[in-house]
Amino acid sequence: MSVRSTIASLFQEVADQQHRKLAPLSDDLKLLQSGLDSLSFALIVARLEDSLGFDPFDAVDRFPVTFGDFVKLYEIPRG
Amino acid sequence: MWLWSSTLRGGAPSSGSMQSTSITVPLAKLATRSCLGPDLERLRGRCTILSVDDQLTAAMALVEMDGVARRVVLCTPDLAAEYMPQVIRESEADAVVGELPTDPAIRQDIGISVRPAATLCYEIRARLQSHDTEWVLLTSGTTGAPKLVLHTLASLTSAFADAPLERGAVVWSTFYDIRRYGGLQIFLRALRAGSIVLSSQSESVDEFLIRAGRSGVTHISGTASHWRRVLMSGVASSMTPRYIRLSGEIADQSVLDGLHGAFPDTEIVHAFASTEAGVAFEVADRKAGFPASLLSAPIANVELKIEDSTLRVRSPGNALCYLGASAPAIRATDGFVDTGDRVELTDGRYSFVGRNGGVINVGGLKVYPEEVEAVINSHPWVRMSRVMARRNAITGAVVTAEVVLLTEEGSRGQRPDQERLRRQIVERCANAMPSYKVPALIRIVDSLEISAAGKLVRNDA
Repeated sequence: MSVRSTIASLFQEVADQQHRKLAPLSDDLKLLQSGLDSLSFALIVARLEDSLGFDPFDAVDRFPVTFGDFVKLYEIPRG
Repeated sequence: MWLWSSTLRGGAPSSGSMQSTSITVPLAKLATRSCLGPDLERLRGRCTILSVDDQLTAAMALVEMDGVARRVVLCTPDLAAEYMPQVIRESEADAVVGELPTDPAIRQDIGISVRPAATLCYEIRARLQSHDTEWVLLTSGTTGAPKLVLHTLASLTSAFADAPLERGAVVWSTFYDIRRYGGLQIFLRALRAGSIVLSSQSESVDEFLIRAGRSGVTHISGTASHWRRVLMSGVASSMTPRYIRLSGEIADQSVLDGLHGAFPDTEIVHAFASTEAGVAFEVADRKAGFPASLLSAPIANVELKIEDSTLRVRSPGNALCYLGASAPAIRATDGFVDTGDRVELTDGRYSFVGRNGGVINVGGLKVYPEEVEAVINSHPWVRMSRVMARRNAITGAVVTAEVVLLTEEGSRGQRPDQERLRRQIVERCANAMPSYKVPALIRIVDSLEISAAGKLVRNDA
């Protein structure tokens, strides 16, 4: 599964768990308009760190604003 | 000094205001107008619960009640109704401003209930202050039940009461509710210095930032989690504050760097404060943690020390005590308040490494591991569990759990697979507690370390 689809399915899973309606995911969807709250994003970041083994926020230049920004953080290989 | 008189400048009313999404109340208007009207006199000398939804109504009522009521208990709108009887009992309340609880047993104890108006619709002749009002703030306790923390206006304002007033117009705002310690600090600063723009629960982060920008906010405060949301909003630039303050949560380097990137010309300060300890210090070098030199030279009247690796604070800003018959002491015998925040010294700088007793701070909300463990342990297939913090870029920390399962001995039947059990445990937690307390991750482990004293070993940082 690609990083993008892993992230997309995790967004859906967390939205379901938090009883939130997720907006259709596209690169230019603003994260704060996705229907998810801070706690939901916290869960997503924690679970991604668990499954992908790293947390890109450790060395982030700019916080992600859109879904596309968010995916890019995880697609860029570490190093 | 009373709250009302703190807004005056050499006896003259202030030119500042308090603003909600739809209403602006000039502070000067409070000299002759009231939202409580003749009912205010009925509160004189009473111990009063302030329980209203709207922040602006709470703000107006607070200015009016200080110096009139013997005690004011500041309830936040999210206080669960089940805890109201405890709050009333422990605070010895005999009056309510706002919604009277529906429980008839509680209504008996409350002699008076007063509904404030949403605007200053009553005329008054003069403000007569007769009492040194005690202020009671609520913080969350081990079991989820609130703890009642007693302050005075003097203790609440001690961090800034003697500071010189800033030149030029100051418009404060905060992401906090002004009935929590962090928000109340900003409210009290704002009344002394200028104006305040109040946030609203019905507003999105974007809407609030745009309104703050339009209202000319110059000083604004929130937790690290609030500020991460601002950085993720894409509309941070709709506001150009001179001063940004972080408190209530540990500020990590990424949020400080992110804020400096988004607001390059803004002074960025992270403060250490808690409801019990008061404001301990402020750090303005945009680096996480604090320099060891602060221990010997903190802000005026504050003494700091590190003992058993935790930060301790003694100052006139300390709370006086917890209320309630079986309440523990807030200060140790030497007068210091143990903040419970563990620190570590590296190269002349202290960094925060976690909380004593493992208390987890999820976006500014406290989670006690024991409370979550009790829910997890109630699952029929769980032998024991350990709940810990895990560092998180969005909320500072999230809750995680390690769980030891029972074996399939005896008559319990076949054990469900691990994935199913994990889901069941999460569901059980979600049904019993608010979502920030539900573990983000659950790890099934073979065993958990138990100390010689028979206690679960907690070494989380």
